[in-house]
Amino acid sequence: MIEVKNLRKNYHSEKSDKYAGIGTKEDKENGISFSVPKGEVFGVIGPDGAGKTTLFRILATLLLADSGEARMSKWDVVEDYKEIRKIIGYMPGKFSLYFDLSVEENLKFFATVFDTTIEENYEFIKDIYQQIEPFKTRRAGALSGGMKQKLALSCALIHQPEILILDEPTTGVDPVSRKEFWDMLKKLKEGGMTILVSTAYMDEATRCDRIALMRDGEFIAIDTPAQVIADYEQTLWSVKGDNLSSMLEDIRAYPQVETSFAFGDEHHITVDPNLKKEELSDYLTEKGYTNISINEITPTVEDCFLALTKEGEKGKEED
Amino acid sequence: MGTLKFLIEKEFKQTLRNSIIPKLIVGYPIMVMLIFPWAINFEVKNIKVSVVDHNNSVYSQRLIQKVDASKYFIINNITSSYDEAMVDIEKTNADIILEIQPFFDKNIVKNKTADVMLSANSVDGTRGLLGNAYLSQILNDYSSELRSELAHTDMSPKHKMSAINIIPQYKFNENLDYKVFMIPALMVMMVTLICGILPALNIVSEKENGTIQQINVTPISKYQFILAKLIPYWIIGFIILSIAFVVVGLLYGIWPAGGFFPLYISSLVFIVGISGLGLIISNYSETLQQAMFLAFFFILIIILLSGLFTPIASMPKWAQIVAYSNPLSYFMEIMRMVYLKGSSYRGIANPLLFLTAFAVGFNTWAVLSYRKR
Repeated sequence: MIEVKNLRKNYHSEKSDKYAGIGTKEDKENGISFSVPKGEVFGVIGPDGAGKTTLFRILATLLLADSGEARMSKWDVVEDYKEIRKIIGYMPGKFSLYFDLSVEENLKFFATVFDTTIEENYEFIKDIYQQIEPFKTRRAGALSGGMKQKLALSCALIHQPEILILDEPTTGVDPVSRKEFWDMLKKLKEGGMTILVSTAYMDEATRCDRIALMRDGEFIAIDTPAQVIADYEQTLWSVKGDNLSSMLEDIRAYPQVETSFAFGDEHHITVDPNLKKEELSDYLTEKGYTNISINEITPTVEDCFLALTKEGEKGKEED
Repeated sequence: MGTLKFLIEKEFKQTLRNSIIPKLIVGYPIMVMLIFPWAINFEVKNIKVSVVDHNNSVYSQRLIQKVDASKYFIINNITSSYDEAMVDIEKTNADIILEIQPFFDKNIVKNKTADVMLSANSVDGTRGLLGNAYLSQILNDYSSELRSELAHTDMSPKHKMSAINIIPQYKFNENLDYKVFMIPALMVMMVTLICGILPALNIVSEKENGTIQQINVTPISKYQFILAKLIPYWIIGFIILSIAFVVVGLLYGIWPAGGFFPLYISSLVFIVGISGLGLIISNYSETLQQAMFLAFFFILIIILLSGLFTPIASMPKWAQIVAYSNPLSYFMEIMRMVYLKGSSYRGIANPLLFLTAFAVGFNTWAVLSYRKR
């Protein structure tokens, strides 16, 4: 169980206008608040620089917040940090194991540090560790990205933590390994572990029980992925066709289009509810585009994120 | 305790796995003791002299022979023109010009005094100065030699000289061998480099790799972590010193006159202190580059202002103050006292006390500035 109330940390310096920190944007009264019940996978989704790592570092007792409270299980992050360190597993965004020690030596090191042994916890980490066990004499520095990830997870799990904090665990990992990784998290969750995970990949959001969309140090939405999507109110179309890159400019120029973003091989656009697909299609044909297909789609988490971001900016302008 | 032992084991494992450091631990002291005592030597030898002999007499010839016979001087050129000698200096073929006046022999016999002129090239100050001093000494010898000869021919009492013969006796380094003076200092320098810089770099590289974060979220206390970082380097410091002791003993036949025990005790105190300094450096730097530069900055200062190369007593007042607030000065003093003079605990009590104060001070600062709860 994790409980966070009005957490704030300000990195903002006088010299730069770039915002840095969490929960201190503008003159908002409150900082970040949320709670995660036991056995839930809670995802913090947001772009780089949103404050995900800062939040996690505070919860992992590596950083002191300016104000607010946070409890991990029943322990306070400031007063009971010693207890917290026994019950959390933390995996920082950057691979931070010893490159010059072998897979097994790394694992043994972290086991000993937590006053336990590999043997005692073998069953617990078996699913993950077995995949890298054939390479146990290899130096950690010589592992592939996916294997490093598994080793890091094994090391974070070796003392059977109650709460697992994963800071962008899948950044720089191939899609297959990413999928495997989330499958592992699912298993751990079923075993009753509380998991706090951050990611910049929006497609991973649906694998969480609940997600918080984070931007500029604020949570702009906290809900289940399904509900976040259900709350999406705008009309969303996807537009495909030839010469997509220059098409984006022309779509933006169309008066009834509100937003448009490139999404790989298509554009996602939000439009006035009264607009008909044919009208836009005719307009684009007139502009000389071919193979145009326009479909109404259900939004992804990324669409929701973009929409919420846009709303925030609009709100700012109106002020 | 078990955790600490395991952490130290891990450090040793990593150190031994390093491709350079284990070789360095053995090779460094041997190299330093083998080469540096010969190279770092302030004795001035082979000073080249150009003689301008305007006199060309028996007396001037004898003087030239006398200079040539000295092991310090090489007669480069004998001319009769000062300008030609100056060209030698300009071409760096000569360090000193010895100019003998035209009526040198007549003046000696008639007036009992004669002038010669010494001009030394002082671009290299030590060489010019010492060369001048040595040459003056030869001239003095020669003049007293002449005096006694002339006194034989002229027995009038006013020429009778009461000569004071000074026989110097150099204690603790009888032959004024510079190597003997340098060796303890080189040992100090080696230990400073290894035990001051390496732990600092080690800790900062954990910062750079991010492993320190992983350590920080574990229940390891900061004392355990710091001790586990330092103890291996204390041990490495001892190994290096021991190798150096043996090499010096076998190669130069110099064994510590005061015995090994006071040496090891004061080394322990010094190593603890200097690794504390390394730790402070690591606490204030985020990257290896920063740590490297900071370490070199401070270690260069404490080495140069320690009396390693130049005696503290001849430094300006402010530099003396710096030197006396420098742990290296005290360790150097102890090493030289024990190695050469054979001092025992009573003799080294004072500097040892200062060393202890530094060790406590540095390490307190290091622990306080280490940012882990």
